[in-house]
Formats: sequence, structure tokens, C-alpha cells
Amino acid sequence: MAFMKILIAFILLWPFVGFLFNGLGRNYWSKKVIAYKATGYIVASFIASIFAFLHVQAHGAVTVHYFDFMNTATLKIPFDFKVDALSSLFLLVITGVGSLIHLYSTAYMKDEAAPHYARYFAYLNLFIFSMLILVLGDNYVVMFIGWEGVGLCSYLLIGYWFTNGNYNYAAKKAFIMNRIGDLGFLLAIFWLIAKLGTVNYSEVLTYERISNLSSFDITGITLLLFVGAMGKSAQIPLFTWLPDAMAGPTPVSALIHAATMVTAGIYMITRSNILFSHSEITQNVIAIIGISTALLAATIAIKQNDIKKVLAYSTVSQLGYMFLGLGVGAYSGAVFHVITHAFFKALLFLGAGSVIHAMHHEQDIRKMGGLKSKLPITHITFLIGCIAIAGVPPFSGFFSKDEILAAAFAKSPIYWVLGVLGAAMTAFYMFRLYATTFLGKFRGSADQENHLHESPAAMTLPLVLLAIASAIAGAIGIPEMMGGHHWLAHQLIPIVGEPVELGLTHSMEWILMAVSVSIALIALIIAISTYIKKTDEEPSTAIGKFFYNKWHIDELYNEAIVLPLNRFAGFLKNVIEKQVIDGAVNGTGKLVQYSARKVRLIQNGQVGYYILFMVIGIILLFVFWFNDLSILRFFSNLNQH
Amino acid sequence: MILVSLLFIPILAAILVLFIKNNKLANWTAILLSAFTLLLVLQTLAAPIADFDIAWLPNLNSRFVLHADGLAKILLLLTAISFPSILIATAKNEYKQKNVFLSLLLFTQAGLMGVFLAGDALLFYFFWELALIPVYFLCSIWGGEKRIAITFKFFIYTFLGSLFMLAGILFVNAHTVGHSFSIQSFVHANLTNAQQVTAFALFFIAFAIKMPIFPLHTWQPDAYEQSPTAVTMVMSAVMVKMGLYGILRWLMPLFPFAFMAHTHFVVALSVMGVLYASFIAIRQDDIKRLIAYSSIAHIGLMNAALFTHTQVATQGVLIQLFSHGINVLGLWIVADIIEQQTGTRSMQQMGGLAKKQPTLAILLVGFALANIALPLTNSFVGEFLMFNGLFLFNPWMAALAGVSIVLAAIYTLNMVQKVAYGDISEKINTMQGPNKGAQAVLIVLLILVFITGVYAQPLFDLTADTLKQLFVK
Amino acid sequence: MPIQYYIFFCLSLFSIGVVGVLTRRNAIIVFMCIELMLNAVNLLLVAFSKMYYGLAAQNGVANTVGIDAQIFVFFIMVVAAAEVSIGLAIIVMMYRNTHSIDINFLNRLKN
Repeated sequence: MAFMKILIAFILLWPFVGFLFNGLGRNYWSKKVIAYKATGYIVASFIASIFAFLHVQAHGAVTVHYFDFMNTATLKIPFDFKVDALSSLFLLVITGVGSLIHLYSTAYMKDEAAPHYARYFAYLNLFIFSMLILVLGDNYVVMFIGWEGVGLCSYLLIGYWFTNGNYNYAAKKAFIMNRIGDLGFLLAIFWLIAKLGTVNYSEVLTYERISNLSSFDITGITLLLFVGAMGKSAQIPLFTWLPDAMAGPTPVSALIHAATMVTAGIYMITRSNILFSHSEITQNVIAIIGISTALLAATIAIKQNDIKKVLAYSTVSQLGYMFLGLGVGAYSGAVFHVITHAFFKALLFLGAGSVIHAMHHEQDIRKMGGLKSKLPITHITFLIGCIAIAGVPPFSGFFSKDEILAAAFAKSPIYWVLGVLGAAMTAFYMFRLYATTFLGKFRGSADQENHLHESPAAMTLPLVLLAIASAIAGAIGIPEMMGGHHWLAHQLIPIVGEPVELGLTHSMEWILMAVSVSIALIALIIAISTYIKKTDEEPSTAIGKFFYNKWHIDELYNEAIVLPLNRFAGFLKNVIEKQVIDGAVNGTGKLVQYSARKVRLIQNGQVGYYILFMVIGIILLFVFWFNDLSILRFFSNLNQH
Repeated sequence: MILVSLLFIPILAAILVLFIKNNKLANWTAILLSAFTLLLVLQTLAAPIADFDIAWLPNLNSRFVLHADGLAKILLLLTAISFPSILIATAKNEYKQKNVFLSLLLFTQAGLMGVFLAGDALLFYFFWELALIPVYFLCSIWGGEKRIAITFKFFIYTFLGSLFMLAGILFVNAHTVGHSFSIQSFVHANLTNAQQVTAFALFFIAFAIKMPIFPLHTWQPDAYEQSPTAVTMVMSAVMVKMGLYGILRWLMPLFPFAFMAHTHFVVALSVMGVLYASFIAIRQDDIKRLIAYSSIAHIGLMNAALFTHTQVATQGVLIQLFSHGINVLGLWIVADIIEQQTGTRSMQQMGGLAKKQPTLAILLVGFALANIALPLTNSFVGEFLMFNGLFLFNPWMAALAGVSIVLAAIYTLNMVQKVAYGDISEKINTMQGPNKGAQAVLIVLLILVFITGVYAQPLFDLTADTLKQLFVK
Repeated sequence: MPIQYYIFFCLSLFSIGVVGVLTRRNAIIVFMCIELMLNAVNLLLVAFSKMYYGLAAQNGVANTVGIDAQIFVFFIMVVAAAEVSIGLAIIVMMYRNTHSIDINFLNRLKN
């Protein structure tokens, strides 16, 4: 126990120490010191994570308690952390991929001035810290701390080049959209507290506790949790921030907006799978939103010409697949896809970064082409990434995607058909990207061509390692029908239970697999043969324009939500506040002044008038007196009614 | 005895400073004596303190009772931290007749300490006014160009509220055994339900104006805008807490029936006010007005939480009383530095602070994050508990108020973007950066923000007795 | 003579005084009207005093009844005399300063 307490503190605190070290010392350290320390802390955390992983393998899940975060008479929220099969896997992915991306960044960001270099690594370290809190927390509130923390780091890193107004806008958009999701998450937590009085996983996620909840409660809670996941994992309708988030430095896109943070929603739902399995409605909602997001993003990706935008929409699309998996109950499949996706998407982004680096910050693929010979390592690794994401066996993406598709087929063949359609589009746009970038002739300026160079070792080493991982990571989940053991599914039994029997015969599974793979291969070949020769110009067809302009969703949000709200706020500020409320307040003052001005005229200084009023007053008093209508009686009468 | 000294050291300091003509010396005296008050307050935190009780106005049956429980202590702590911070942060600001300025500020501190300590209704009223009157002079002498009209409005508005409260105090006093003013006899006053509602209304108007809650809030943005920033800090960090304190100390225990009868009305009103103020904050260009509306939104949320009458939310408010004071103080200090050095409050003319003054920009972002209640900042703890209570009270209200979380992110990040990011603007380019004192204060406050955000247990322990009194019969 | 006669007589005297005070602008006439009102009251006091004394004497109760009213009358006369001396002095001073005894000139206190 004590060992684990120290180990977990070790895992968590190293990145935090790195954050403080880089953040506070940004004006003092040289770039070399910053680079070594920042990367070193994450590697240290990674090594500690390996120990934690091995410990869980040997002794099972461990929960450690540090102190109470909130402690009132009716509610207690402890700072508890838990390492179990699920979180130890995420630990490895986060710190592992994180270390590689830190290493990559040391070279990628080398043109930045030292204080900004330090700031960059401080944010990156803080991000790892928040992400670790997110996956290690033993209750929803601790998860929420990490949840908002990663949102903050994402905000800071998207707006890393803060003098650029558009980047700031993108950063703000990301944070606000995430906040909308966070509100859903928060309400779900309150709902849990209201019904169960606790947010600890070990107490909430048990069959006895859940059986106390009505189905309305479960549906409500899970839907709200899913709203949180929508924001963080960029699902319809809260997905538009993720493509804009590409404003940040490319390694950030790789780490945060592809490999780790955006998978937080999948982690959360997998963590609470017992709750979600109890609500048919929520599961259907998740599956439908997942598959729609996958298709929507894929159609947009087909028409984009910015290398990072294509990858960004591809990420949204792949996240949609994961949610489809969650919706049809393939939790281990979704986690499997998270892991393989972390490898190949990080690889693709880093490869894109390498290309952008070589092209001097040119991101338009129409101005690239023929980079195959100039950037050999980048080319090979990028190709491996493309194959992996397209789902070609035996690369990793094939196994994880197939697992989700098989489960989708078991639930409803429609999901499967749509899923395969999406997979075909994925293969198409990835190889369109690959062919336009690496094949054919170079289309950039002569100046750019002269400067083309392969990236330094600090950048290519992570590429190679990630390429190897993308190629072989499928091994952790080879299905039994292929003679494998599906190590991952067995791993996750304590979290998601025994793998659900899909009720499909082996021959049926083989057929499904063959169909999806062959469709993907056809799309792949069409893409290569088309784009080896030409590039996409501005789309001419209506549907092409529609996809190219991202379904006009940004404009729709702007017109339907942002502008009306802004106008409403302006109305409140200028009309209601200034004229109605303050008008009433000032009106009271003005009324007093006005009546005072009028009444003042009586006091005109003429003695005769004063005497006259005196006499009138005396006469009135007498009249009231003798008519038994004394003033006091008058008021006391008023009081009684 | 320590309680009396908490009252009289500021008064003595105020009188002393009044006679020191040398600005620098006056400043140092004020800072040292207010720091000494802080030390004394820290001493009171550890153990329960016996009441201080002597005869005061025997004809009226009013006694000079000072009483410090958790609620009082947490606000005393806030007051005691705020004043030295404000004095240090604004030490370099030029005011004519600075010794008089400082003296009036210290009188305000005495008044505030008295409000939080008073255990007798008449004494409470006395200090309530004592805290208001120096502020009137501070604003009307040292304020901005529209100070006369604005201060007049502010004074009349709040004074009107105070008079309602005085009427309420006399009303309850007439129904106590032996016409006493002590809080115990007020609690046990023989009031019928209808009478409770009358007295409740009289008190509530005073507190609602002071906080302020929608729609009685319009004095506040103007007053914050026109006052010298040191005074704005006092008002915003500490004085608005008087209203919430009043509800916790007087309304809840005194008029339980009337309180429970109005929960729905007040919660709905407050939540509406929260959204209203948040929306207006989105459209503000003046940084001081933005912070003012943000503060109205936060205070409205605290009021809504109090009126849910749940233990969780009340605990949240007790923590948030302190947290909000610290956060808003930090924001004001940053805003003041920017205004003093650029001569503008319009955010349109700012931009590029992060490039020109990175340290100040980091501090601004830190307090901005606390303002939007990011986890691990102090206000997350309070707001989480408050929202939790709201949810228990009525889930729809919690959802509605929750929208303000999103709105808060919008206006706060707008501010950060306009002030800190972008290219260096003309105005920002003239900045020298904060002086050492102000910077040190900001850093200390920011550290406090994160420490109480991670480990709030001391605050929970401090306020446990008040909570017990309010909820365990 | 029935008491009503006195009452109506005094009432009309008093009313003449009031109307005089309200309508006349000459300070001396106003002053005289005030005296008229005072004396109307004096007369009424004496009349009532006589009436109560007479009633008491008829019943053989006491012979001091109504005496206090007559004492009042003396007081009023003394006060009136003092008032006249001061009032006339003011009027004289006023005449010296403004060459007028119109009371509407007395609105100088205004502003």
C-alpha cells in the first residue's frame, strides 16, 4: 500500500514538478535544460507507470487515499486515486505517447525563444498532469478536476501563439464548447450525489446501488455524462472546436487533440459502463451520435486541403467510431481503438508536423507532392499510419475497427453498413492525403524545394517508434477466431465484465471482415490512382462545396446561437439595464426632485400666504376634530384594511 | 479582549494616520497596523473565543457584545487579509491628502470588523452605518469625474436599505422579552408568522441592496467604476459580503418561517439575476464594469445557494465568502495596475499584455481562472457545493444557474483575450509593470487561491460550528 | 344676557381680525388686527368666566370658580403689551430701512 501511495504520487507529481520548474524558471533556464528536464519528467512518470502496471498485473487494482478534497457533514469527496486494469493501460498510453511527443517537441519547437519554449513545455507537462488525474481519480469529482484541467491546457496550447487573434479565438471556442459539456458532466455528478450521496466509483458502480435508481435517473445521469463526453471528445453537436484546435503547435495536436485528451470521453463512459448498460435509450443515443459524427466528419475530411484539417476531421470521425463501439456495448473494443488510434493518429500528426517543418510552415497539401524521396523516414512512417487507420490487416487499426464493426453488426446491420461506409471514406481520404503529399511531383516554390530536408533524429525517432507500435499494437487484441487470445478483453474483465457473446458464427465474422477490408482496399486504390496525378481544386459541385465548407455548421452556430445571444446581451445591457431598471431607480430620484421643485413654490416668502395656510390648516383641524375624523384614527383605519 | 482589540486597533490606526502628514510614513503606519490586525485575527482562528460583553446603552437595553464564531472568523480573516493587501497594492497611487484617505479606509475596516463581530442588533446597525459613511466620503472626494452623482445614488440607495433594517430591528425589538437587542432574545422573539414576514422583508431589503441582487443592483457598477480603486476593492471584496453575512447571522435564525416561505421566490430571483448579470458582463468593454457585473453574478449565486436552505450549499457559501473575496481582490489589483499605468479602462485599447508584461499577464490569467471556478482553484470548492445544494433544491434551477458557468467562461476569457493576448497596443506599450509590493501581494493571493483550492479542510473546520448551529436543532 | 351673544360677537371680532391680517399689507393695520383677535379672545374669556361664576353662585358651590380665566386675560394683556412694544419697534426699524411698511417687502428672508 505504502509503496503504491508513493508510486502514484510519483507518477502524478513528476509532470507537475516539470510544470512548476519550467513555468517559474522560464526566464532562467537555457533551452537545453528545459528540453531535457521536461522530457525527463514525463519519462520518469512513464517508468513509474510501468511499475504501476506491473503491480496491477500481479496484485490487482489498488486504491490509495491522500486527503479529503471536500468534507461536509452530508458529503465527502476524498482525493483518492485508483490504479486498475483500465487506468493502468491509459497511464501507459498517456505517459508513453506523451514522452515521445515531448521528445519530438524539443526539436520541433527549437525556433522559439527560451521563455516561450519553457512556457510550451510547462503547458505540456501540466497537460500530462491533468490527464493523469483524470484517469487515476477514484471518483467523478477527481475525474472532473482532470477533465477541466485538460480543457484548460488545451486552451492554453491552442492559443500558444497568443499574438494571433484567430488562434485565440479558436482557443476560446474550444474552452467554451468544452465548458458546455462540462456543465452536463457536473449536473450528472450532482444527480448522482442527490440520489446516492456519493461519487466514488467503488460505491456508485455496483449493481446493488444502481438497482436503487429508477430508469429515469439512470437515463438522465448517463445522458448528462454523455453530454460531457460530447464536449471533450468532439461529438455532434459540440465537435466544431476540434478542427479549429489545430491552431496550436502540431505536437500539441498529436498529443492532446488526437491521442489523449479527446479520448477522455471514451474513458469516462467505459469507466461507468455499468451505468450506461442499464439505459437502452442512452446507448442508442450514443451509437447514433457516434456513427453520425463518424460519417459527417469523414465527408468533410474528403474535401479538405489543409494537412492538419484532414487529420483533425479524421480524428473526429475515429472518435465517432469509438462512441459507436460504446453505444453497442463493445467497451473493450472502444478502448482497443483508443489505444491503437493513439499510436497511429499521434504518428500521423507527428508525420504531418515533420512535413510542415520541412515545408517551412506550409500546410496546404496542394503545394506539396513528391516528398517521398526527400523525406524518406517521414514517408514510410506516415504510410504505415495511413495503412493502420485505413484498417488494412495486419496493422493495428484493422483489429480494433473490426471489433467495433462486428459488435455493431450484432446490434443492428444498419450500424455496420454505415460503419463500413465510413471506413471506406477513411481509407479514401487518408490515401488522398498520402498520395497528394508524398507521391507525384513537387508543386511548391523552388525556394521551398531547395530547403526540403528530413527532420532531425529527435523528431524521426518518435515517428519510428510510433510506426512500430501502430503496426503491431493489434497484437494485444487478436480475436479468438483468428487463433488469438484477445489479451485486452481479458485485461478489462474487472471493469467491463466478460466479453459479450455476439451470436455471430465464425464464418459470418470472416465474411464481414472480408467485405469491410475489401471495400477499404478499393477506396484506397481509387484514391491513390486519382491523386497520384492531380490535386483537388476548389470543388465545383454543390455537394462538394457543401462538404468543403464543412456543412456550414460553423456559420449555422454563429447565426443561430452566437449572434442572437450577443444581441440579447446587448439588449439587456442597453435597454433593460440602462432604461428599465436604472431608469426606475433614477426615476424615483427624479420624481422626488420634480415634486420638490413644485412644492417649493408654495414657500414663496410672502408672509400673507403663510398665514393663510396656517388659518386653513387650523380650520381643517377643527373640521376633522368635530367630525370625529382625527388624523390618527384615519391612519389606523387604513392599517386595518 | 482580543475581539475588542480587533475593533480598536483599526480605529486607533485611523486616528493616528490622520495626524501623520508625511504620506510615506502614513502609508507604512497603516500597512503595519493593518498587518498587526491580521496577526491578531490569525490568533483567534485556533480556538473558540469567549464573547466580549459590557453594558452600552442601558436605557435601551442594548449591550456591547462581540461574538466570534466560524462565520465571523472567516469574514474577519477576509477583512484582515484584504486591508493590508489593498494598502500595499495601492501604496504607490497618488491621492491628495493621502493620510485622510488612509484614515477613512481604516475607519471602514473598523466598521466592517464591527459588523462581523456584533452580537447585538443595535450594535450591528451602528457598525453597519459606520462602515458605510467613510466610504461615502472616500468616493465623493477621491472618485472619478462623475463621482458626486454616483456616490449620492450609492449612498441614498444603501442608506435607504439600512433604514428599512433599522425599522426591522425596532419592530423585532418590540416583540422581544424585556425589549432587548441581543441576538439571543431576537431569536426567541414572539413573532407571529405574519409578523415574521414583515420583519423578514425589512431586513431582506437592506441585505439585498447591499449584496446587491437583481434588480436592486444598479448602484454597484457605477459605484465600482467611479470610486478610487482601493475603495472599490474594499467594497467588492468585503463590503458586499455584509449582505450575505446578514442573511446567515440574522435572517436564517431569526425568521425561520418567513425564510422557508420565500426560498423559491428568492432563489428564482437570484438565479435570474445571475444570468442577467452574466449576459451584461459579456458585452462590457470597461474592465471595471466587467468585473463588477461578474461580481454581481457570483454574489447572486451565493444568495441563491443560501436560500436553498441545504447544508451543503450553505457550507459552500461559507467557503465562497472567503474565496470570492480573494479572487475579486486579485482581479481588481490587476485592473488597477493596468488602469493606473495606461490611463484607460477600455479593453478595446488594451492587448498584448502577455508580451509586454508576462508576469502580470500570468497573474491575470490565474485570477481569471479562479473567477470561472476552475477545479483546484478556491472557488471551485465553494461553487461545487453551492451548485450541489441548488440541485438538491431544484434540479432545473441548478441547470439554469449552471448556464452561468458557461457564460462566465465567455466573459472572463473575452477579458483575458482582449487584455493579455494579441499584439502590443499603444496603451499597453507604455506600461512599466507592477511595483514590487503589488506584485508580491498578487503572488501571495494567487498562492492562497490554489492552496485553498486543493486543500480547503481548514476552511471547512473553521466554519463547522456555524453550520451546526444553523442546521442541527 | 345669554352667553351666545358674547360668543357671536367675539367670533365676528376674531374673524374681522383674521381677514384683516390676511388681506391688509400695511404692517400697522395687520398689527392692529392681531390685537383685535387677542382682544376678542380676552372678551370671550371674561364672558365665560362670568358665566361659570354665576352658575356656581346659583348652586352655592364656590365663589372662586372662573377666576383663572380672568388671570389669563391679564397675562394676555401683558404679553400683548410686550408684543406691541417689540412689534412697533420692528416696524419702525423696517420703515427706517425700506421707507415702507408694506409687509410684502418682508420676503427678504427668501434666498
